[in-house]
Amino acid sequence: MPGSLSLTARLMLRFATILLFALAATWWVLSGYTKPLILTLGAISIGLVLLICARMRILDRETAPYMTLPQTLAYFGWLFVEIVKANVAVVRAVLSPDLEISPTLTKIPTKGKNDLAKTMFANSITLTPGTVSVEMAEDHILVHALLSEMSDPDDFIEMGERSAWAVGEDASDG
Amino acid sequence: MIAAVLTIVMAAEAVVRETVNAGVDVGAILAFLRDVVTIISLAGGLFFVLAGTVGVIRLPDFYTRLHAAGMTDTLGAELILFALMLQSDNWQVIAKLLLVAFFLFVTSPTATHAVAHAAYKAGERPKLGRWRAPSLEDDT
Repeated sequence: MPGSLSLTARLMLRFATILLFALAATWWVLSGYTKPLILTLGAISIGLVLLICARMRILDRETAPYMTLPQTLAYFGWLFVEIVKANVAVVRAVLSPDLEISPTLTKIPTKGKNDLAKTMFANSITLTPGTVSVEMAEDHILVHALLSEMSDPDDFIEMGERSAWAVGEDASDG
Repeated sequence: MIAAVLTIVMAAEAVVRETVNAGVDVGAILAFLRDVVTIISLAGGLFFVLAGTVGVIRLPDFYTRLHAAGMTDTLGAELILFALMLQSDNWQVIAKLLLVAFFLFVTSPTATHAVAHAAYKAGERPKLGRWRAPSLEDDT
């Protein structure tokens, strides 16, 4: 009876189901077997993983962030274009004979409250060559940039909003 | 919308049928195009890996070197993986390569951040401000 379950239990069940499908898909893509014996072993291992996750009480949005998969994939597409642009800039700086660089440390403010959105933002900054997130704080990320023109905080606003959207969080209410 | 897509697909099909009737081997052209894109992608990937390596050697301190290493992880590795995907005929191989590309996308910045954070916590100060390579004349 679903009515008798508490809200947390129902949420956990929902994330367990999402995780079940994600694990099953990953397992099958990686193995490709359809023999009953191997399939049973796969089912057992997936069940074990779910049990361990439930015991560790990590069956939440962060363990199974697959609800916003279309947004995440769309965001990866946008991020890839940014990565290509940044790669070209870094290649030009590195291969130029003078090697003119101007490293900077900048505090980039973060708006997202949720850890997943922050991680996504910090990882996007690091993925883009020329900028590396050095330290995470409550309300900002310390970013090391190779060229000073890469460290303008205004340039990170769009990436912050898009990465928050990619994990299903509205950055404006942060 | 669907009607427009259908029209385009039907037109493309008609064009392909006519070229096949005219005696042109479409499969060979597609295979050739696939090889061309593979070569471009592989060469591009190798270029970025090489540039990343040169950067690691040339740049002056730990943090700036991380940036050069980042090029190898992103465009270098992803372009090579893309070329490999084009060359595989098995859907499962393609799916596995896609997974590799995805995991690389998620894990490599995490590792880079861990290394950079560890260095920062341990007191390694970054070189800041303008910097340029010392000229060869200064050495002599």
